[in-house]
This record gives sequence, C-alpha cells and structure tokens, in this order.
Amino acid sequence: MEKAPDNGLSRDRASGNGLKVRMRRFARNRASVAGFVIIAVLLLAALTAGVFAPHDPFAVSRDILASPSWAHPMGTDDIGRDIFSAVWYGARAALLVGLSVAVASSILGIAIGSIAGYYGGIVDTLLMRFTELVQVLPTFFLALALVAITGPGLYKLVIVISALSWPATARLMRVEYYSFKSQDFVEAATTLGQSNLRIMVQHILPNAVPPAVVSGSLVVAQAILLQASLSFFGLGDPQLIDWGQMLNNAQRFLSRAWWLSAFPGAGIFLTVVAFNLVGDGLNDALNPRMRER
Amino acid sequence: MPNTPLYLYCFHRILQAVPLLLCVIVVNFVIIHSAPGDPVYALIGDFPAPPEYVEQMRHEFGLDQPQWKQLVVYIGNVLQGDFGYSYAQKQPVLNLIADRMVSTAVLTGTAMAIAVISGVALGVLSSIRPYSWLDMFATGISLVGYSLPVFWLGQVLIVVFAVNLGWMPSGGTGSLRSNAEGFDAVLEYARYLTLPVLALLWRYLAVNTRITRASMMEAMSRDYIRTARAKGLSGRTVILRHGLRNALLPIITIVGYNLGFLLAGSALVESVFSWPGIGLLLYKSITLRDYPVILGIFVVTATMVILANLLTDIVIAILDPRVRY
Repeated sequence: MEKAPDNGLSRDRASGNGLKVRMRRFARNRASVAGFVIIAVLLLAALTAGVFAPHDPFAVSRDILASPSWAHPMGTDDIGRDIFSAVWYGARAALLVGLSVAVASSILGIAIGSIAGYYGGIVDTLLMRFTELVQVLPTFFLALALVAITGPGLYKLVIVISALSWPATARLMRVEYYSFKSQDFVEAATTLGQSNLRIMVQHILPNAVPPAVVSGSLVVAQAILLQASLSFFGLGDPQLIDWGQMLNNAQRFLSRAWWLSAFPGAGIFLTVVAFNLVGDGLNDALNPRMRER
Repeated sequence: MPNTPLYLYCFHRILQAVPLLLCVIVVNFVIIHSAPGDPVYALIGDFPAPPEYVEQMRHEFGLDQPQWKQLVVYIGNVLQGDFGYSYAQKQPVLNLIADRMVSTAVLTGTAMAIAVISGVALGVLSSIRPYSWLDMFATGISLVGYSLPVFWLGQVLIVVFAVNLGWMPSGGTGSLRSNAEGFDAVLEYARYLTLPVLALLWRYLAVNTRITRASMMEAMSRDYIRTARAKGLSGRTVILRHGLRNALLPIITIVGYNLGFLLAGSALVESVFSWPGIGLLLYKSITLRDYPVILGIFVVTATMVILANLLTDIVIAILDPRVRY
C-alpha cells in the first residue's frame, strides 16, 4: 500500500482566510493569469456566438475556398462557409464538452476515491483494482470503438469521455481521504456519533476540494483534446460545429487552403494551453506542499 | 525479508495481467451488445452482407444462445486469435491488423527513441541549472507538448514543409515508381518518415523531460551524491554515473506506461500522413463502419499496453531488487 504523504499543511488549507492568500498566490503566476484570461474570452465567445458572430456557420455561399479577407477574416471552406464564424461557434462545443466532462468525472472520481480511502480494506482493494483496469485501457481506442458502434452525439461523447477520465482524480482523493481519516477533527466527529456519509461529505470533502479542482482543470484540457481527436476521426456530433470536425474537413484541402486547418487547430491548441496553465497555477496556489519540487 | 527470486516475481506479475486481459475481452463483448439493433452487425459491420453470412456469424459467435454462453464463446474465439472477418475489406481482422503492425512500430519506435534521448538530455541539463533559460525553454516545450493536438501539428507541418517549401513529401511511404535500392531506399523511406515522427514526438519529449528533471533533482539531493563529490569525482561523472543512473527507473516506468498514448497519437498522425499503419486502418474502418476491425484494434492495442506495463515492471524488478520484496 502507498503511504499517505505527511499532511502537516492541512491546517493551512482549512483556515478561513485562505482563499485570499490563494488568490494572491495564483495572481502572482503571470502565465496562469494569461490562461485564465484566455478562458474568460473563450467563455464570452461561446456565450455570444449566436449574437455577434458575423455569419451563420452553417450558411453556404458562392465564395468557395476563399482566402482570408475583410469579408471573411479566416477565409471560407469548400462549400463557402465562413471559417471565422465556425471557429467562434466551435468554442461552444469545446467548452461544453470540456467542462461537463470535468464535472462528471470529478464527481465519479471523488465518490470512488473517497469511499476507497475512507473505508480502506477490501473495499479499497476492489475499487483500486477497478481504477487500475480503467486506467490501463487505451482511452482513445476504447472511446472510438464505443462511439463508432453506438453512434455519435454530444451527450454520448460526454458520458464516454467522463467514464474514462476519472481514475486520476480517484487516486488523488483516495490519498486525501486516507490521510484525513486519522485527523483529530474526524475522530471528534466520529466520537460524536456522526454518520460516515456526513463525515465524508461535510467534514473531509471541503478539505479535499483543492486537489480535486486542480485535477479537474487538467481533465478539461485532456477532454477537449480527446473530443477533438474523435471528431477528427469523423465521430463528432454532426449537429454541432466543432474544431476537430473542421480539421477533418481541412485534411483534403491542405495543398490549396491552409486556412481551413490553421484557425480551428489554433483554437484547440489555445484552449488546451489555457486550461493546462490554469491547472498549473491552481496547483501552485492550492497545494503549497507540492511546490518547489 | 529475503528477496523473492526474480522468476517468482515475474510469475506473480504475469498472473496479475491475465484477469486484465480477460477484462478487455469482456469490455469488448459489452460494447458489441451495446450496439443499437442486432448485435450481429457489430461483428459484421454496416456493410451489405448476404443473409447466409449473417446467420453463419450469428452461429459462430453463439448469438443464438443465452448471454453467458455467448460470452464464453466470444472469449474462446478471441483467445484463439479469431477477431472475426472484415466483410468490407475481405480479410480476417487479425490479418488486416498484423499487416499494418510493422509500419506503426517503425513510426512509434522512432518517435519514442528520439523523444527519450532528447527528453533525458534536456531533463538532465535543466536539472543542473533549475530556473535557467534552458529550464524555462524545457518548461515551455512541456506545455506545448501536452497541449498540441498531434493531428493539427501534422497538418501544419504538411502545409509548411510539403506544400510551401516542398522539402518533404506530404504523406505515404514512398513512390511506387521509385526504383531506389539498398541505402537509397532506406533514405527515401526516412524522408517519408520525418514529418510524421516530428508531429508525434512532442508529448513524449515533454513527459520524458519532466520526469527526468524531477527525478534528477531528487537523486542529486541524496547523500551519496555528496559523498561522490567529496571523493573528488568530476561533476560530469557524478551527474551521469551517480545521478542519472539512479534517476533512470522513473524514466523507464514512464516510457513503458505511455504506450497507450503513443499508439493513440500514432493513429492520428498516420491518418494525417496516410502512413499505412494500424491508425490508418482504424480511420478507414470508421469511414466504412467496419466494426469488427475497430473492436479488433481496441483489443490489440489494449493487449499491447498491458504487455508493455508487464514488461516495464519486470525490467524495473531486474534493475532494482528493492521492488520484489
């Protein structure tokens, strides 16, 4: 069994005025703040696509494979659709998938990790074996097979990716719960006769949230990449505009129209970089014991 | 406690891998049965097949029998290497996959080798001078490596180096009309391999750099390093002989455990560059809705990942006797 790390800093985390300190610590990290700004802009873009995007991203026109110009800042595709508007709308699919997967997989990961860490013993062994199994399965190929056979769709994509991306969070939470279990405040709550569920949710969970948030933000980045990869393989939701599908379409026109590939790909890259940067920044700010390794 | 002999450790570790492999087959079975409509089509693919063939498959995979019997039959078939027959591509699934294995191995092997060598070098250098410009550069590469969609990078490389500069071919493994022989043929092949490798390697470069840096920092802070320095050994000897040797274990682990990601990246890169490996086969099978091939590729990659993990653990156990307590 792994030995739980020394938890001497847990008091720092649990203290009430910690939030301000942590926000200041996060703000000192310029790269992470930049990532945060990018995400804010993307969120705004996703929310306002229907109002401000210059064209309907599905509307075809006679301007076929037009290079970037004032009328079409990112050019048009093979059936004359405006790339700029499509990239704008594409932020919706990426954020929707990334954030829903992060929420769903965090819930799964926290549930499984907390039960394993808190109860220990045979429950722990069984749950961790299961976690290892999910972790060893090649995510991309399994997700591909599942979506290919059951048919594409946004919700299905979110469910499949979530079902495969919780193990890291679960392992983290297991260690957290394992180490908090023997702390005084938990023992006090046990002595007072509080139920296990109440202790796990009300007393330990608030302390275990910071690492969960960090791994959640990294899950967002991986989920967006995975979704784009599946879409690139032709398994995107046909009702949606998404960057991966745009790159799939761009493949046939690489020799003639670079703009079909350049802009949607930059969208994926920038979004994933932003979430990775924020994840790193949150890690520094929320888990001081992990810093300066 | 005395050391367990190596063969016992290996035996034990192999025993652990068997249920994992069975689980992979069961997962596959579940996917087949989660198909909307008749599960037999997950075994044939969405392709017009004669009704006699459909009945034959139904019988062969026991689909006319109760569920538990189906599972037993299915496990038996897969264990015998029978992944079904691709009706769309007129070949047994296993043959299709085996034919593409070498191309994928060349692509992933080359990318991995370059990523390990340069990643370890970069990691060692940046651990010597943490927070120097080189270290910052390595951190930047890590961030990019973790965030770049490989298929997009592949497209960018094609646009820049094949379409605009015309230095490299945009895809495939060589022209059929080429009559290069011997060394020239190898060179020709290498030219076609360059861009796909360049697209694929960043994530593993990033992983290797990060792990090497972290485990070098850890190793170099140990007492035996101070002893080695006190003995008057040169800085270079201390870093390579005493530092890196002890930092190697986590690096080996990472290489072994990342095979799944590497194969996924390779699949995407292959489809961008029409590199005739498993990934291109997968892409084609998805457009053809050739389900048995898609499932076969999942089983084969999962098996390879499990075996790679097994092999990694055994190598680690050989190098570090502390593991087999």
